[in-house]
Amino acid sequence: MTPRTIAPESQNAGEPGVGISRRAFLATGLAAGGGLLLTLKFTATALAHEAPVAAYIRIAPDGIVTIVAKNPEIGQGMKTTLPMLIAEELDVEWKNVRIEQAMLDRIYGPQFAGGSLATPLNWIPMQRVGAAGRQMLLTAAAHTWNVPIAQCEAHAGVVSHRPSGRTLTYGALASKAAALPAPDLESVTLKSPKDYTIIGRFTGGVDSPRVLEGEPLFGIDVTLPELSYAVYEKCPVFGGRVVSVNLDEIRKLPGIRAAFIVRGSAADAAIRMGLVEGVAIVADKWWDAEKARRKLRIEWSPRSDPEQSTQAFEREAARLAQSAPHSILRRDGDVDAALAHAKKVLEASYAYPFLAHATLEPQNCTARFDQRGMEIWAPTQDPRAGAKLVAQTLGIDADRIRVHMIRAGGAFGRRSNSDFMVEAAVISRHTGRAVKLLWDRSQDIQHDAYRPAGFHYFKAGIDASGRPIAFRDHFVTFGRNGRVASSAELPPEHFPAGFIPSLEYVQSLIQLNVPTGPMRNPGGNALAFAFESFLDELAHAGGRDPLALRLDLYGPPRVFPPPPPRFGMKIPPFDTGRVRGVLELVAQKSGWSRRTSLPSGRGMGLAFYYSHFGYVAEVVEASVNSDGTPKVHKIWAAVDIGRQIINPASAYNQAEGSILDGLGQALHMAITLEGGRVVQSNFDTYPLLRIDEAPPVEVHFLRSDNDPTGLGEPALPPVLPALCNALFAATGKRIRTLPIDPRLLRRSAA
Amino acid sequence: MRYSILINGKRRSVECDADTPLLWVLRDELRLMGTKFGCGIALCGACTVHLNGTPARACVTPISSVGEAAVVTIEGIGETEWGRKVKEAWLALDVMQCGYCQAGQVMAATALLTRNPRPSDGEIDSAMRGCICRCGTYPRIRAAIKQAAGLPTADTREVRP
Repeated sequence: MTPRTIAPESQNAGEPGVGISRRAFLATGLAAGGGLLLTLKFTATALAHEAPVAAYIRIAPDGIVTIVAKNPEIGQGMKTTLPMLIAEELDVEWKNVRIEQAMLDRIYGPQFAGGSLATPLNWIPMQRVGAAGRQMLLTAAAHTWNVPIAQCEAHAGVVSHRPSGRTLTYGALASKAAALPAPDLESVTLKSPKDYTIIGRFTGGVDSPRVLEGEPLFGIDVTLPELSYAVYEKCPVFGGRVVSVNLDEIRKLPGIRAAFIVRGSAADAAIRMGLVEGVAIVADKWWDAEKARRKLRIEWSPRSDPEQSTQAFEREAARLAQSAPHSILRRDGDVDAALAHAKKVLEASYAYPFLAHATLEPQNCTARFDQRGMEIWAPTQDPRAGAKLVAQTLGIDADRIRVHMIRAGGAFGRRSNSDFMVEAAVISRHTGRAVKLLWDRSQDIQHDAYRPAGFHYFKAGIDASGRPIAFRDHFVTFGRNGRVASSAELPPEHFPAGFIPSLEYVQSLIQLNVPTGPMRNPGGNALAFAFESFLDELAHAGGRDPLALRLDLYGPPRVFPPPPPRFGMKIPPFDTGRVRGVLELVAQKSGWSRRTSLPSGRGMGLAFYYSHFGYVAEVVEASVNSDGTPKVHKIWAAVDIGRQIINPASAYNQAEGSILDGLGQALHMAITLEGGRVVQSNFDTYPLLRIDEAPPVEVHFLRSDNDPTGLGEPALPPVLPALCNALFAATGKRIRTLPIDPRLLRRSAA
Repeated sequence: MRYSILINGKRRSVECDADTPLLWVLRDELRLMGTKFGCGIALCGACTVHLNGTPARACVTPISSVGEAAVVTIEGIGETEWGRKVKEAWLALDVMQCGYCQAGQVMAATALLTRNPRPSDGEIDSAMRGCICRCGTYPRIRAAIKQAAGLPTADTREVRP
């Protein structure tokens, strides 16, 4: 193996590698003569970026192959999955593969975790990188033996010449291969899936053994020489400013190196996740800084923001629902005329709360500012956005910012914001020291970019056959000065739009001074509950089986024209055949037909949701404990994310985990505001799902003949309405507000 | 104050305030980073260590209260038979997602099995409910505990490891 790494595993030895630029590494690697680098241009048109294969693959003379994982690892297994794609096509044995985490570098093109996009964006490009490497090794062998390349084949790190039986290892061929011209990536041939030896196999996370040894892999574990520790106190009312603070007293406390005010940079600090004003304390030990923080006496302005409260929002939503909407998102047919002809008309209002992400690893970041520039070690989903924010806020040339992507203890969308990065960077520059910033739990819950709350006022009509013929949603959501807040949108194409002839989506906005942002399955994590629950109401009102009504509404299998390309990729078309496929599969696996013969007090509920190109149908079987709390007996999921599950270990984990994530939201999670402040502060007031509430989850993959897509998000939304629909089947009581209030489900409850 | 404590079978000496939680002594003084900070008030279990074999939340255990108790952390638990078995099962079932809570989970599971080598589902729940997994790996945690105990597990996955 080569003595140096492209991207030093910055945290594993407790001493981050520094100053090894890519070029320096290339020179070192070649000079060392050990590891040979395959140098060809990676020009995947889909990604519109180029990187030499050398940036991904290094083959040592002993046959050990080092593959770089380009994306951040936030717990979804991408550090394992993306290299699997390269290794498969390179045709090496997984046991001989070593993985290195890339740094942020334009050479790799997009480097982020979000939108369930890692699989669809990288599925083909990563395979091509591996296939290009294999082709160069084959060419090198053919040259060595002076035989036609067609007579050579590669397998498990060895090239063999069929007619003569001669063999050469990749390690022996690497230096020759490195001198060859690069093949055109578009032209390389990919394997037939039947020849896969890595893709489709259960593959454990590459870092898992090290996590279980307690190695320092996470952002919170980063250690540097002469590291200081920082805490940062912000105004509990979003966007508040510091009027006065007892800095003199704080500075005299033991172990404190510095205490100072950081002025916020954003004019709209209340809703922008930039540098928010606050007070920084830097100490030799985090515990000293934290103790000092608790002694801060800060006068903030404003002290309160009375309009920004959950109660005020609820009053305002009810008022807006009775008023003309602020805007029309979509209008098909004539809803009022259709309602007039309907056999039955239903009205219902649904509401869901703000949510904090509550990653178990609180936000943190390490930064070191010196004459070389700003070096940042961040557990982040979006290192490039973080670097940009730091560059803009601190006025540092982007080329002088280096970002190490450090394993994150959960993300769920929280770490797509970069507030913790800019805070660490500012504190490091101000003090001239390497600084590790760490938030405590209450700060983490009280300074998030929240999943926005929302209110839906539905009205729908069904015909004599129970089919919906008119549908209206007055969506009361949040925004500022007429613009909808981040992740608070209702897409005009949201189901059942296009499937009910007369349909209207209208919208009104409540003014919000609280930051919002994406949370695992933005939009879907909230909208599915409201829409799929109301659809269940329509089914019951019309005497229809909720499964049959959905099959009826989506209709026969057909493919809708895809939207234009986004993220530099072709968007897969929406296919009602795939909807039908997962609905029928989950019905079969859960024994949906037995729902009418369950014991009294038990019920089954169903929901379907399409998001992030994934088709997921789920069934929940539930009853109610004597105290009114829901008891979930089992959850079934049918998932169609295409023909190939790349790593079943991580696919099952993502599906099960996102379903339990949704269950926790349905049962427990709610952020409320009073006077502009978040009320909750820790896991007592903001409880998360615990093991005794986690039912068995049975996941089935439907392998339709479509390119693979991502699974970090699509399995989350259906569980919320499926649970509420099951509780209705069990009790006759309809849950229209989240989280579920057990008082509504007690047997004595009206 | 100077404290001498027994950690993973070794005697270590640290200089810190009496109210410093064991968690920060481990992490910032002794550079044993496997024990994690999650909530700071014993609600999440990410900081679970063993004190004389009993699970304890290091975030609310002041260094001054540790005394002569034998402290075992994730870095040392593999030296015990149950710790080794638990870790093996954790890897065999690929339990973890982000992994941040898993040190605490492994410490809680090892304490459970050491005390009760054939736990029921209810006993697993009550021993483990103090440890939050935000990624929702609970079904696999339960399965891994059973596998470590040699108990049958129900695996409904169609593609098996």
